[in-house]
Amino acid sequence: MAENQEPRIGVFICHCGTNIAGSLDVNAVMEYARSLPNVVVADEYQYMCSTPGQNKIIDAEKDYDLTGVVVAACSPRLHEPTFRTATAEGGLNKFRFEMANIRDQNSWVHMHDWEGATEKAKDQVRIAVAKARLLEDLQPKSVPVEHAAMVVGAGVGGMQAALDLANAGIKTYLVEKDPTIGGRMSQLDKTFPTLDCSQCILTPKMVDAGRHPNIILETYTEVENVEGYIGNFDITLRKKARGTRDGAEMVAAGLEGSGCNGCGDCASVCPVIKPNPFEMGMAPRKAIYIYHPQVMPLQYTIDFDACVKCGLCKDICGTEKNAIDLEMTDSLEKVKVGCVILATGYDLIPIEDKTEWGYRRYENVITGLEFERLICASGPTGGHLIRPSDGETPMKVGFVLCAGSRDNTGGVGKPYCSRFCCMYSLKHAHQIMEKIPGAVPYLFYMDIRSFGKMYEEFYYRIQNEGAKFIRGRVAAIEEDPITKNLYVQTEDTLLGRPVNVECNLVVLAAAIQPKPDAERIRQMFGVSKSQDGWYLEAHPKLNPCGTTTAGIFLAGVCQGPKDIPDTVAQAEGAASAASIPIHQGEVQLEPYFAQCVEDLCAGCGMCVPQCPYGALSLIQKDDRQVMTVTEAKCKGCGTCGGFCPGGAIRMQHFTSPQICAQIDSFLLNPLGGEE
Amino acid sequence: MTDGDWRPKIIAIICNWCSYAGADLAGGARIQYPPDVRAIRVMCTGRVDPLFIMKAFQDGADGVLVSGCHFGDCHYLEGNYKCAKRMFLVKNVLKNIGINDKRLRMTFVSASEGAKWGMVMEDVVKTVKELGPSPLTERKN
Repeated sequence: MAENQEPRIGVFICHCGTNIAGSLDVNAVMEYARSLPNVVVADEYQYMCSTPGQNKIIDAEKDYDLTGVVVAACSPRLHEPTFRTATAEGGLNKFRFEMANIRDQNSWVHMHDWEGATEKAKDQVRIAVAKARLLEDLQPKSVPVEHAAMVVGAGVGGMQAALDLANAGIKTYLVEKDPTIGGRMSQLDKTFPTLDCSQCILTPKMVDAGRHPNIILETYTEVENVEGYIGNFDITLRKKARGTRDGAEMVAAGLEGSGCNGCGDCASVCPVIKPNPFEMGMAPRKAIYIYHPQVMPLQYTIDFDACVKCGLCKDICGTEKNAIDLEMTDSLEKVKVGCVILATGYDLIPIEDKTEWGYRRYENVITGLEFERLICASGPTGGHLIRPSDGETPMKVGFVLCAGSRDNTGGVGKPYCSRFCCMYSLKHAHQIMEKIPGAVPYLFYMDIRSFGKMYEEFYYRIQNEGAKFIRGRVAAIEEDPITKNLYVQTEDTLLGRPVNVECNLVVLAAAIQPKPDAERIRQMFGVSKSQDGWYLEAHPKLNPCGTTTAGIFLAGVCQGPKDIPDTVAQAEGAASAASIPIHQGEVQLEPYFAQCVEDLCAGCGMCVPQCPYGALSLIQKDDRQVMTVTEAKCKGCGTCGGFCPGGAIRMQHFTSPQICAQIDSFLLNPLGGEE
Repeated sequence: MTDGDWRPKIIAIICNWCSYAGADLAGGARIQYPPDVRAIRVMCTGRVDPLFIMKAFQDGADGVLVSGCHFGDCHYLEGNYKCAKRMFLVKNVLKNIGINDKRLRMTFVSASEGAKWGMVMEDVVKTVKELGPSPLTERKN
């Protein structure tokens, strides 16, 4: 707008069908808008976000020579980009658009207060117009995007995302805190409903990920620090001391020797025995170990917490390989990537805290994951399902579904459905009937949620095979101290009577929760969480792979419980979304960075420590000190602007006059907003 | 003047990432609350200049709410800490000039806390209604 031109604002009120028009008087709001100073046109439409709705904006800009556009509709978090595009199409700078949120923050929350909602909508429009009068042309800053990506977590979701990115020609760091990739899926025996062997379908993927020229495997590595923004994330990785080196690392370290080839001689002589977490603690491992034979990379790792540094492993490894370094320490590595996909997975909840079910108190109460290892041919028992107390084959196995899921009692349980436990319990039931002739599974369930393709059919199949279904939440499990059998007590809600079933083994389909370090990772990457601690997607329907932090995407269970197909599908979506800015090569950032009004700046420097990004500094200009902003570092939070005692910092698009105008216009009718 | 016919004027300055999203979520969940609060969106509560709050009271606001992310969750690392510090300062100033500092409230509502946003709205309106019109508006009228 020219300096001295009076603002000419167009206001457009959306009905959103009846979402808005059903709870407040759209026409009254439109008439009111027409009465506001500087408003030269006000209109309404059924759906402003539709093409005809947007055309109203485009046409009005031309017909009325508008300097600003206000749309009163839903949330700017949903449709600000839509209307900004329309504003730009009409010929105005897209930052000359302001939105009044009369749906999410008005009609939907005041559905039974027609007058209150209408009055509020008028105020919201007035506030928006007050700001729109003062909006100015801004140029988005364009930053180059690093042609590289990072995936945090190398379970099936992380691996899929990394493979997709790598196949799209993007250098991808696949970061995994464990010594091997593969994640939870590699612990599973079979997958429902097809009964594929989990390792058989996963291991080739692990090999693909390990061998892909565009994938840099960073196993036994944690994210230490994150700086930067979309296109330019500077990430510090902590490569935990592994105690061994592979061939490439030997070369890099300038050491003689071929490095670890996974022969395992070291483990055979290691005197320290620890439980193997991969086998859910049911099998031993040495202090120098691999989780299982198919690990990727096939390289031994020393658990330095357990290692006694006796040196036997180093001796047997010999000088030719020279792979072992007992003095190895963590090292830090800095990498720069354009986008990041988080795929940090899940843990089981501490189901022993549900004391009524006796997990960890009764030997024969196990979790679903322990069952997976016990039934797996490569597991600790070679695939023989035995009960832990005496090694006997269980003939009656109880499955407690919703063990901690859909549990609103507070405390240990989780209110949500963990989503795959019904299906794996059905699978477990099938497996024992298949492996142990005459064995009977009892499934204690609340609902059976067989929600996926071919899942309901699988449910029928297990029913027909002879599994017993008892509907009711298990109240208590008690052990017969002599036989170690378990009495599962519940009410059969279909028969309306209490039941008490004697089982040889009980499997708890424990609820799942985010990983313990999910919180730390989330905070580092600036991602929100939902109430249960799962990472929060940008929009549950329209942007399920994205987050509100540009350049950070989500895959798999870290976003919420899901099974393997859903995880893989989301991973592919996340990889696709992450590859867009990388392939475009540059992204436009909203130009909300701070500016220093040098005439007002006293050079006091109080703003400098306010900035968390170190974007501000003092410089010598002519004969005095003034503050200067490094635009590329500024993220536009405005913390400096909220603090500057001299009012010398100008936060673009959120300037003090603009915010004051909004405050004034609400409190002093009709439009305030002096400088 | 009874509670029934007097509607307080309350202004809320809320951050884009947590509280604004939480307020949107309250809408999505159709959580009902009184329509007496008008929200102004800023990118971060760190943007909130104490003078905005003083200006709001000067203009006749009966209450001011500032709402941001929970500590540790700020999209900009620590804007909410810095805002909270400033709010203590502003509360002191308000007390000293004879305005009940309960008229200024800072809350922390995350993007997933739609229900909490509804409760905050109920509570802020209730608190301000109990306090009655701002002494500054009374003097002005």
